[in-house]
Amino acid sequence: MTTVPETARQTGPATYVSEAPGSDVWVLNLGPQHPATHTTLRHVLELDGERILSCTVHIGYLHSGFEKLGEHLNYNQYVVVTDRMNYVSPMANNIAWHHACEKLFDIEITPRCKVIRTIIAELSRIQDHLLSTGCTGLDLGAFTAFMYPFNAREGIYDLFEEVCGHRFTTSYTRVGGLMRDITADWPAKVRRYIQEDLPPAIDDLERLLTRNRIFVERTKGIGYVSHDDAINWGLTGPLARASGVRRDLRKDEPYLCYEDNWDGNGSSGVDFKVPIARSGDCYARYQIRIAEMRESAKMVLQLVDNIPEGSVNVLPDDKKTLPDKDEIHFSIEGLIHHFEQIMTNRGFTPPIGEVYGSNETANGELGFYLVSDGGKNPYRARCRPPSLINYQCFAELVVGHQISDVIPVLGSMNIIAGELDR
Amino acid sequence: MGLGIAGASFQASKEDFLTTRLDYVVDVIRKHGVNWTRKNSLWPFPFATACCGIELMATGASRYDIARFGAEAMRFTPRQCDLVICAGRVAIKMLPVLQRLYLQMAEPKWVISMGACASTGGVFDTYAVVQGIDQFLPVDVYVPGCPPRPETLLEGVMAIQRIVENDGVRSSEERGRGMRLAVQPTVRVGLGEREESKS
Amino acid sequence: MSKATQAIVDLLADEFSDIEFAPAPLVECKNKEREQLCVRVPPDRLLEVMRFLHDDERCCFGQLSDLTCVDYLDFPNARDRFGVTYTLVSITLGHRLWVKCFVNDPDPEVPSVTCVWKGADWPEREVYDLFGIRFTGHPDLRRIMTWEGFEAHPLRKDYPLHGRGEREDFKVVTREDA
Repeated sequence: MTTVPETARQTGPATYVSEAPGSDVWVLNLGPQHPATHTTLRHVLELDGERILSCTVHIGYLHSGFEKLGEHLNYNQYVVVTDRMNYVSPMANNIAWHHACEKLFDIEITPRCKVIRTIIAELSRIQDHLLSTGCTGLDLGAFTAFMYPFNAREGIYDLFEEVCGHRFTTSYTRVGGLMRDITADWPAKVRRYIQEDLPPAIDDLERLLTRNRIFVERTKGIGYVSHDDAINWGLTGPLARASGVRRDLRKDEPYLCYEDNWDGNGSSGVDFKVPIARSGDCYARYQIRIAEMRESAKMVLQLVDNIPEGSVNVLPDDKKTLPDKDEIHFSIEGLIHHFEQIMTNRGFTPPIGEVYGSNETANGELGFYLVSDGGKNPYRARCRPPSLINYQCFAELVVGHQISDVIPVLGSMNIIAGELDR
Repeated sequence: MGLGIAGASFQASKEDFLTTRLDYVVDVIRKHGVNWTRKNSLWPFPFATACCGIELMATGASRYDIARFGAEAMRFTPRQCDLVICAGRVAIKMLPVLQRLYLQMAEPKWVISMGACASTGGVFDTYAVVQGIDQFLPVDVYVPGCPPRPETLLEGVMAIQRIVENDGVRSSEERGRGMRLAVQPTVRVGLGEREESKS
Repeated sequence: MSKATQAIVDLLADEFSDIEFAPAPLVECKNKEREQLCVRVPPDRLLEVMRFLHDDERCCFGQLSDLTCVDYLDFPNARDRFGVTYTLVSITLGHRLWVKCFVNDPDPEVPSVTCVWKGADWPEREVYDLFGIRFTGHPDLRRIMTWEGFEAHPLRKDYPLHGRGEREDFKVVTREDA
């Protein structure tokens, strides 16, 4: 191993090329258009042969002004934009956004709504992990490992399509409730999917990757993050749990059906375990994702048979949520109520103040920091994206590895550019 | 233009006859040979930036198989592709990258603008998103949707196939010169009267 | 506010008796236990307070969950313009605290907390990019989201949503160029 001269490291912001005479450092630009960069990420690598000396990450290639847009759309309209943040599990973003809004408005949603949202949050987690592990496989050359999870995701797309009309950008939640109630046979379809379609898919994926010599050699020991570093960097989600950090918002700051007494009648929260690993490398993150998928499946089975009856929206007497479409079309009170919400001089009247609401999504802690000045639009709608905070440590993780190790590290972090750049 | 059926749109004179028939043959080869192979093996360049990228991947996956259309070879290098599928919103920072990649592709090339954001800016009427890549790049087919269902994208690919079939390799009249294969005959061979002339 | 966070407020008041922390919930709630506590820190004392919150084992705020900024230009009854907001999380003790540091134009400057939490790196760059607040002591303060050559700070309230023509300012590539 050659000793790396000190001046070969990245010296400052835009000067990556080393000036040391006699050094043989080569600069490579990976991205922003590259199959393994999960869309628009760019790395400028300084290489000594195949070994990475330093890595500068450039992001922002998908910056779309989400937060600025949040100041011009009201609390129900913005959910459409939140779909496009973490676009591999859009429902989870909807739920997180309205979780923060309901915290601001100080609304307690109905038990039926909590159960449905929890089921959907777990299905989104499964969806995200399927894509993440599939794409990690794809990036390492395992094309079948990409096809099998995608087929399983189609089942989830069908369930979402039945419930809200769109496979993908769902915009399902509203302040105080949901866009509309689930159909009568939806729980049976969910149960059938979780019991019959999903386990073979996860098993197939595991059979392809878990003990695959190539996959193991490419991911074990690569991209190690220590426990203390994980906390200091602010990592959350599978990335942190792979390093032994015992943190899961579903257990630590419970919400929806994860907390006890979620229905007001003393029911206990959903029973589940949180997988934690100690090795802190890419392989550990993959294993955690597989384990989380299985736990999510168990959680959904616990909930789907016991969906409580009742309204899915908070009672319209509160005048904070839109009434059902049936009421709008067939009763004058419903129509008036609808107009009152929609007309520009009325609508949402939140308290003046700020709130931070966060959920544990597949990638980590997705939080929304809302500032309200009492008007119908948020004054500031900030998203705390797990991808941005997680991706910061990337440059440190790949230094010393070889150039082909960039790919599994990136895949294991599951960086979604929509959430990263907003 | 198009399929030059001999004598269809003009009075064929005896001197033109041989050239026209050869052009007709060449056009048949063009449409049913060259363009047919081109349209059935389009290699897409998935310029997937955002959510539409996931639907593009779903189109390539097993349920909505894009391989039925011969287009499953999604190469990520522009040098090997002929169809840019711009899937997702294009931010200002990304547009020069897209333009440079488009210029790096070899002719013939076509562009699908997939989704509302690539076509018009979509939901994102903000300071950072280009309101439609067609302002800065020639686009052939717009696929609407946010994101478009995979079936819609496949409809877009089929529209590109129709374009390729008719215009992929343009006919000789359109290109303003005859195919080099059409040889000017020294001896006129015609049906009916013969006229000897010196070339 | 909950007892745990009240204890932290008292701790801070004891340690830094000269700073007016003005602890208050972010928004009033019916359930007082769920209120989220926020304290104000002046920019010149920020680094000390943050180091204390990170190092002291009674608070133990090992993780910086979020770093953002709010432009209070149009907010009713706002005294200062920019409020840089830090969301601190204690993983071992399980509580959260919000810290706000207010600065104003011209040349708003706040000390960088990257020496305390490495995870403040990119959020600070983002705040610099989108709001224009400089973080002194940051190892690499440059734009992260917007493109090179862009000079405005888009998330400020005086910058319009549609921009100032930057999104139309490109060379057009036609079929003939290709």
